[in-house]
Amino acid sequence: MISTDAISTLRADTPSRPLVAKLHEWVTTVDHKRLGVLYIVYALVFLVIGGIEAMIMRIQLIRPHNNFISPEVFNRMFTMHGTTMIFFVVMPMLFGFANYLIPLMIGARDMAFPRLNAFSFWLTAFGGILLYFSFLGANGLYGAGSAPDVGWFAYAPLTSQTFSPGHSTDFWTLSLLVSGFGSIGTAINIIATILCMRCPGMTLGKMPLLAWLNLVMAVLVILAVSPLSAAQIMLLVDRYLGGHFFDTQAGGSAVIWMHFFWIFGHPEVYVLVIPAFAFASEIIPVFSRKAIFGYPVMVAATVCIAFIAMSVWAHHMFTVGMNANANTFFVLSTMAIAVPTGIKIFNWLATMWGGKIHFKTPMLFSIGFLFQFLIAGLTGIMLSAAPFTWHLGNSYFVVAHFHYVIVGSILFTTFGAFYYWFPKMSGKMYNETLGKLHFWLFLIGFHLTFDFMHIPGLLGMPRRIYTYEPGRGWDTLNLIVTIGVFFQAAGILVFVVNLLLSYFHGETAGSDPWDAWTLEWSTSSPPPIYNFATIPEVRSRRPLWDLKHPEDPDWKYE
Amino acid sequence: MRNRSDWRMRFAVQVMVLLGVPTAALADPADRSLSPTNIFAPASTPAHSILALSLFVLAITAAIFVLVFSLLLYCVVRFGKRADDDGREPPQVYGSNQVELAWTVIPVLIIVVLFMATARVIASIQKAAQPGNAVQVIAIGHQFWWEYRYPGLKVVTANELHVPVSDPAHPTPTFITLLSADTDHSFWVPRLAGKTDLIPNHPNTMWFDPQQTGLYLGQCAQYCGTQHAKMLLRVYVQSGREFNRWIEEQSQPAQASAAVSEGKRIFETTACINCHAVTGTVADGRFGPDLTHLMSRETIAAGAAPNTLENLRLWIKNPEAIKPGSKMPAMGLSDHELDAVTAYLATLR
Repeated sequence: MISTDAISTLRADTPSRPLVAKLHEWVTTVDHKRLGVLYIVYALVFLVIGGIEAMIMRIQLIRPHNNFISPEVFNRMFTMHGTTMIFFVVMPMLFGFANYLIPLMIGARDMAFPRLNAFSFWLTAFGGILLYFSFLGANGLYGAGSAPDVGWFAYAPLTSQTFSPGHSTDFWTLSLLVSGFGSIGTAINIIATILCMRCPGMTLGKMPLLAWLNLVMAVLVILAVSPLSAAQIMLLVDRYLGGHFFDTQAGGSAVIWMHFFWIFGHPEVYVLVIPAFAFASEIIPVFSRKAIFGYPVMVAATVCIAFIAMSVWAHHMFTVGMNANANTFFVLSTMAIAVPTGIKIFNWLATMWGGKIHFKTPMLFSIGFLFQFLIAGLTGIMLSAAPFTWHLGNSYFVVAHFHYVIVGSILFTTFGAFYYWFPKMSGKMYNETLGKLHFWLFLIGFHLTFDFMHIPGLLGMPRRIYTYEPGRGWDTLNLIVTIGVFFQAAGILVFVVNLLLSYFHGETAGSDPWDAWTLEWSTSSPPPIYNFATIPEVRSRRPLWDLKHPEDPDWKYE
Repeated sequence: MRNRSDWRMRFAVQVMVLLGVPTAALADPADRSLSPTNIFAPASTPAHSILALSLFVLAITAAIFVLVFSLLLYCVVRFGKRADDDGREPPQVYGSNQVELAWTVIPVLIIVVLFMATARVIASIQKAAQPGNAVQVIAIGHQFWWEYRYPGLKVVTANELHVPVSDPAHPTPTFITLLSADTDHSFWVPRLAGKTDLIPNHPNTMWFDPQQTGLYLGQCAQYCGTQHAKMLLRVYVQSGREFNRWIEEQSQPAQASAAVSEGKRIFETTACINCHAVTGTVADGRFGPDLTHLMSRETIAAGAAPNTLENLRLWIKNPEAIKPGSKMPAMGLSDHELDAVTAYLATLR
């Protein structure tokens, strides 16, 4: 069984070492927990940078014909904001949590390939730095720097030498290529870890849902990032070796790029949202004090989502002039994905049903996630009806929809995960009052910004415009949207203050502050480098429940 | 404890009411005074069929929202930990196959209905046959303006599309072939039809049959470069007689006037003619808008500014002042030359 006392006695106090030695340890580490923390801190830094880019855009759009920034700068801002948030915030953040939690939750001492793990992190890290170096060096010797300005999905032929001279597009291409290899490395590592490193007794059917969902996510990463990397290489061949894949002036096809990008781009949405589901699937049961409802169905629904996610990509292309039959097929596949996602929402609700819900910060963020993910799903159904998307595609409605997914769903659960696992990672308890303040500020800001952002789209406002004409009914709405951004920024500020304050002055958390049920709570906080003094042995999905309720263990029912 | 429970239920009702308020505010979305680019104020068959489908989808999703949100709210209010909690764990429930089956089958049925309705509208718009009397237009997207050609009618114009109104009894729809000279663009006039992209090497088509005369606005909806924002669309829907008169006027060559010969000479001996065409003169460039009947248009620079003499002069002198990042270069003319060229352009009616 699980031994907790043995571990704490083994944690001897290490004598304080010079700062350089500590930094050296962080740089050369292959420990999954340290790499997880590195991923997360790295993502937080880029979250602030990407957020500042968003604020710059929102200030420019606060009123029609505003002159805060030039069109060139605006175009760089939305390109960098999108690229940063997807590839250098959300992905590394989720990889960080996966790295940190998966070995702990499956009772392993590290990932399957610790050195590949470190290599993958540093590839991702240098990818992000390379992207931002473009501000200084993109135009090389013959001009000042400038960031990429082709949009985060970089449609051809805007990326060709003709329309994008200099090197800004190359920085974009290379940084995604480099970090893409990092992502594939991490995905292979996650799959190998989950398939090969589970502790005795933990069959696939007894894994925590977080491990299951990250397994599915990792498979999707391999399927999705590979075509993106291929397309980036083709683009480089076009730009430097005389290829004509996407060079329309030489007979190439702009539409082929769209297919390549979105066969990455749509599974990517699920790469990002499935780990968010994973957080919710751990947090909601613990704070409702009930086992997850319908565990096998949750797993099946996730696998089903992954399968369907590979066949929906062209719903991003309803306006590019596909024929009626192709459009109809992608309507059907896209609508079909609503079924397994709906099942998941109902299962989370059923988990709360009849429970005793503790409204701690992680649970508040998870409830916010349920509400927002419901709306994101419903606007998704609207967008799956192709003729509706002939209007809504590339409008602010779509922008609002996918921010409902990425901010309202993924970022909300990620904040929940931060508060939930902060005591485990730091050994300190966060400040509950500041946590709730963060939640409410961010919730208000989120709804001010993204609820009102739907409406200009319905009134004909396309995305990616640096300014707009007065008299189209967009002015007041854009003002409200911009005001909401400042509430969100205040929320993030409270979050960062809370993290720092709690890390340095927080109360000691203890190994199991939430009275939770998965293996990571059986070891000390923070866990020792070897995680478990003796490898645990489990008999059910909730080993700590069994331990705490020997009279009524789970394994009798599973 | 009864009181506390009442308070929670009152709170729940209040939240529901608050959520209803924005819906009520949008109660009359078809009000076109709200916006000239409102997708809920259709004026053409494709836009009407999209609206009907949209309202159907909105009704179904709204019903799902009310149901699921009520469940969520009920869970939060009803199952919150009470102040007098005894500290015991609630009964553990692991799942139920019957319930899972129910909330799988019901969504599947809803999806089938939505899919059928959507497929019907896709076919009705995309497979519509082109009648013999349809007006044919070729629209070519450029960075950052629109070129319109009326094949067979010998008319080439820019940025302001003219089409005839379509009487539902005898429809005269307009079929547009969409091409691009450079990057991707998208043609979106919300009150007439959904958007369709203009992609190089990939001709597309779209159609609409506007049922009321008037001016319909829109703008480029696919990011195409620096000045994507000021690539505005203006569609003038005219009565059949007015449209025929407009075609008649536009198919004439430019009328030379001796009074502006200096401006004409400057125009024809500087870089202007590399990009601009004036029918009947040596100017035959195609990178920029055809200027043969420039003064028949209400705007310049793809709708970025009204077509006044001051704006025209400013546009030639310093295009950055009107549309920074446009492909029109500052011509570096002297004040005198500017006046002369502006005067010449003012005669291109």
